[in-house]
Parts: sequence; structure tokens; C-alpha cells
Amino acid sequence: MDSEYHIISTLVEDKPGVLQKVAGLFNRRGFNIDSITVGNSEVEGLSRMVITVRADKKGLEQVTKQLNKLVDVIKIKDITKSAVKRELCLVKVSIPNAKARAEIIQYSNIFRANILDVTEKTLIVELTGDKTKINAFISLVEGYGIKRIARTGLTAMSRGV
Amino acid sequence: MRGGEAIIESLKNMGVKTIFGYPGGQTIPFYDMLYDADIDHILVRHEQCAAHAADGYARASGRVGVCLATSGPGATNLVTGIGTAYMDSSPIIAITGQVPTHLIGNDAFQEADIIGITMPIVKHSFQPKNPDLIPSMIKSSFEIASTGRPGPVLIDVPKEVQEGELTGFDDSLIDTPGYNPTIKGNLRQIKKANDLIKKSKKPMILAGAGVIISNACCELKELAETINAPVMTSLLGKGAFDETNELALGMLGMHGRKVSNDYINESDLLIAIGVRFSDRTTGRLDSFLPDTKVIHIDIDPAEIGKNVNVDLPIVGDAKNILSSLNKTLKGYAASDEVNNWTNMIKHKKEELNPRVSYDDVPLKPQTVIKEISEVLTPDSILTTDVGQNQMWAAHFFNTQKPRKFISSGGLGTMGFGFPSAIGAKVACPDDPVVSLNGDGGFLMVCQELATVREYDIPVIAIVLENRTLGMVYQWQSLLYNKRHSQTLLGSSPDFVKLAESFGVNAVRITKPGETKEALSGAIKDNEPVLLNVVIDSEEALPMLPPGAGINEMIGEYKLEKDVI
Repeated sequence: MDSEYHIISTLVEDKPGVLQKVAGLFNRRGFNIDSITVGNSEVEGLSRMVITVRADKKGLEQVTKQLNKLVDVIKIKDITKSAVKRELCLVKVSIPNAKARAEIIQYSNIFRANILDVTEKTLIVELTGDKTKINAFISLVEGYGIKRIARTGLTAMSRGV
Repeated sequence: MRGGEAIIESLKNMGVKTIFGYPGGQTIPFYDMLYDADIDHILVRHEQCAAHAADGYARASGRVGVCLATSGPGATNLVTGIGTAYMDSSPIIAITGQVPTHLIGNDAFQEADIIGITMPIVKHSFQPKNPDLIPSMIKSSFEIASTGRPGPVLIDVPKEVQEGELTGFDDSLIDTPGYNPTIKGNLRQIKKANDLIKKSKKPMILAGAGVIISNACCELKELAETINAPVMTSLLGKGAFDETNELALGMLGMHGRKVSNDYINESDLLIAIGVRFSDRTTGRLDSFLPDTKVIHIDIDPAEIGKNVNVDLPIVGDAKNILSSLNKTLKGYAASDEVNNWTNMIKHKKEELNPRVSYDDVPLKPQTVIKEISEVLTPDSILTTDVGQNQMWAAHFFNTQKPRKFISSGGLGTMGFGFPSAIGAKVACPDDPVVSLNGDGGFLMVCQELATVREYDIPVIAIVLENRTLGMVYQWQSLLYNKRHSQTLLGSSPDFVKLAESFGVNAVRITKPGETKEALSGAIKDNEPVLLNVVIDSEEALPMLPPGAGINEMIGEYKLEKDVI
């Protein structure tokens, strides 16, 4: 069966070991999590996890049902179709010369990225967007030499009510 | 009140009378408090057996079984037992000691992250960080372990929490908004099931452990008799339906009764209740029920459609759903077509009755099982180990009542038979309890002979001795060119002397008739006893080879009617 990326938003209790349980369950059922982001939700004591995973329909149904069985998991929703998606990325780029510095700053402006740190030899750029945008920026500055990349992984929210 | 006392008090509040355990460094405070408590503790001789005994206790009684071990190796020794209970949806509570909180994470002596280790094989786990949490956590553990689809719950109690004083005894349930099992079946789905049943010309029922767990055996009987459908069971479903009933076909699957395996694909409707369609039950999936509509009733939505495609799922408690379904079927009488079908199956069942009568020496295992069934009353409990002994019992022994056939189905744990019988006997002291073991599995847990002697638990342990690890040996014979790699046990102990060295009486049995005699004597004596039955090396046949479809059994199927 065809597998595709799914974005699953889960509301879980903010307790030790919950991340391990959720991640472990994906692993045990044979899925490789592409990214997982966790943070406080709108309800105190509950966290929201946004998980992106490649899965076919049957596999996804099974893993969702298994997740639902975890006592600490309160709600699960596949929001792939309706979601706004964002990822934050920090890129440390080398600056071979002054011209390069100007170019990188220019590109950053076009991508609405922020410069967080400047030294003689490097720049740290902060960029927010979906996967494609971030990948596009990275390939654009690759030529100057990328020192480090740190990406948060996708977080997402369904549109409307 | 201190933490350990709170554990004991909470267990008593939950109706616990007996716990199975083994002390160690990090549970000394608890055991000190247990010293004065009026709760029974059975000291097993290996922690794994504490978990199996708690499991046997739970399966025999339907109540939660409790086991206890210390931190580190004590806790890891419980793991096999917890996994066994998890796979077979058995409600047990495992309480482990843990190193003091300030040492957790320091690789302290006998420290193991037992919560992390058991995560995939527990329904839930708790670690009280202060003594005040203990009453709530224990109560919630019982709630979670025993409701919905039951399963094991672990409570890991750091040493200083056992010793700490409670500020108050508050045992209100912990809020678990993510836990709300569906009990009531959807009425529209039940209506649809009624329609499918009325349309069906060749219905069949497959009952699993879910029927037993939800105490739905009477409802199942009513359904089967109303719609006149033959009933098969899974291994753990044995006892859900009286196997001496004329509608009972026996077990389905890898070592199932031939009539079940041969005719299931001819049915036009399968009503599956509380089964998970394990690979051992279905054989190769693409040749399982190719043209049959499937109604699947289960309390666990994750089981629906996991292995077998389902036409009509009904999520909920089997008892609840079956009684609603039976109500909708009031006044229904099976059509002639259904009656013809069921008569044909009943006829085939008689024809395919497996042979159990032999007078060979060395003994045929079939004869041994036959003699056991001649002695055991319907209320007797038979536990099995894993392997050939289990399949012979499952195949040739007719179980009549629920909770009377206890076996490790999902995990297939060797060494389960004997300790689970100890738990079953503690739970049901008035019923005879017999455990059927092979010589391989029994040696894994034979130290529990000390336990049955010490506490005078009159369990009858049958050890079938063929000096092989028979099931693997059989696979090697049939599928690996008879290369019997590491499955010949060679020099086995003298099981009679072994038992006697523990102070347990034992009998060596070699001829037909002796099993029956020794077993009825043992039941009368009401003493722990070991029956060492020497058997012929015999294969558990027929069987489904791996990758075969449900009706592609191999091996000769000897029939009772051919006995001259």
C-alpha cells in the first residue's frame, strides 16, 4: 500500500515517560517518526505532541488505535489535510568574504528570516516556514558553507474551528 | 501510617487476601510492615513464578492477582510474567521496590528502570514519589488492570516512599481522562448484526478469551443455540463454550480440530467474539475466510481490522453486546438451510473425532489426556505449559466451563504451567487443580515444588517426560530435515526423586490406566503431588506449517472411529 506523510496531533498528559511511551509505540509497530514536537497546550497539565510519520492507511489506523489505548493519551487527530504547518530552523552559515555576507543577509530578507548572530566568519539565521521553504533556503546558502543546522521539526494546527 | 502499610491497607481494601512475592534489599521496609499484617504472602522461589502465580490466580478467579518483587533483578525477573499477562489480557498488579528516589539514575546497587523496561508490556504504570500517592495509585491500578481489556499494571515504589509517613489516607481514583473503555455496543451495529445473522445460511461462531473475561458464556450459549451455529474457540477461548455441547467444534488454528479448520472457510458468516485473530488461530491471512462475512465483537477497538478484514465491527463488552443481540433475536428460528448446514457440520464432527484410545507402551500422550479428562470434573482447573503438552491438552481435552483451562497463549511462555496452577489453586481452593507440563518447561520452574510443599498447596503437577523439547523437535523433524539441533534433553533428572527431595510425593507412570488411577488418588488425597508420566515421542499432529492456509493441515489425523 502507498505510504504517505501524516501529521498527527495528540493531546497527552504532561507526565514523565509519556514521550517515551508514544515514541516507543511508533517504533514497536514499525514506524519511523520523521519529527516530533512537544510543548504545553492550552490546558494546564496537558501537552500537545505533533508527530509526522510516513505510514499507509492501515498502518496509521493501527498506530492511532494503539496510541488511543495509552492511558496518558487523551486525544488524537490526523490533521494532515487541514493543517497549517511551521518549522523553525537555525542555520549557521560561513562567510567566505564581505560580498557573501551581503548576499546571505539579502536572501534572509527575502525569506523573512532573522539574523541572530554575526561574527567575522559566521552568521546565524533563524527561519520559520514549512519544510519546502526551509529546504529552499538551505540549498540557497549551501554554497557558502553550512556549519550547523538545527531544526525543530514540524508543528501544526488544524485551520478553522 | 507509613507507605508500606498504605500498600497493605490499600490491597486489603481492594479485597486482596494473598500476594505472591519474593523479598529483597529495596523491599525490606515493606516486608517489615508485612510481618504484622493480616494478609497472606506466598513466598515463591523465583520472581517469575510470582507473576505467573498472580496471573493464574487472576485467570482462575476473575479477580486481580498481585505479585511483588524487589528492585533490579527482582523486578526484571517479573518481566516474563508481566509480558505473559499482557499478551493474554490478564489483570495483575506487579509491585516492585525501587532504590531511594535520590539514587534513581545513579546506577545504584540493584537499580533497574523497570518502568522503562516494562513500558511495552504493561497497560499502565505508576511510581509514587511520595507516600500520600500510594492509596490512590493502588486503587487506580486495580481499576485500570481489571476494566476494559484487562492487563498488567506496575507500581514501582522507591524505598524511602515505603518508609515515609502519610499525611492522610486519600484513595480517590487518579484522574485519567484518556482512559474510558467502551462497554456498551452501538445499537445500530447490533441491529446490523441481527440482519447479517438472519441473512446467513452457514453461520459459525468463533469465541475467544474475551467471552470468558466478560463473563458472557451464558449469552454465548444462548446465541449459538438460538441461531443454531457451530462454535469454535481460540486456544484461550477454551471454556467459553462447553466443548461437550453438540454445537462445539473445538479449537481452531495451527493445532486446531480438523472439523474447525476444514469447514470455517465454508461458512458465509463468522461471528467472532473476544478474539484477536492471532497468526496461530488464522494461518495465512489471504486464505482465511476469503468469502465469509465477519462480525467482530471486541472491547479493544485496536483489534478490529488489525489482522482480519471485518465487515461489521461492534466495539464493547461481549456480555453487554451479546445480551442486546440476543434480545433482538427473540423469536428467531434458524432456517432449514442453517439447520442443514449445522447438521452437516455436526456429522463431520463425529466423523473427524480425533483418536485418543491407545494401549501402547510407552504411553501415547493422547491416552494420558484421555485419562485426565476421565478423572477431572467440569469444575477442575487444568493449566498447561507451552509446547506439545499444551497443544495435546487443547486438542484432546474437552473444557466445559470458563476459567478452567489456563494456558499462556500469546507469549507462549515455557514455565507458565506449574506456577499458574499454584495461583489458580490459591484462588479456587475447592476445585482440583492440575498442571500439565513437559519435562523441558517443568525444569524451568521446578523449584516451586518447595512453595507447594511449604504452603501445602495441593496442586497436581503432571510432567510428561519424553526427554525432548518436543514442539521444536517436531518442527525440526517436519521442516528442518530432522536436524534436531539442541532439542534432545539427554540426561533428565529423576522427577520422582526430585519431587521427593522437596518433600512432595511423586509417582512414575508408564502404562495405560495408571494416570487415571494416580490422578484420582491424588485428588482424593488433596496433597501436592507430581505425576511423572513417561510418554512416547509423538508429534502434535495435524498442524498448520508456517505460511499455510487454515485448511491446509499436514500430518495424519488419526480418528477414534478407526480404533478396532
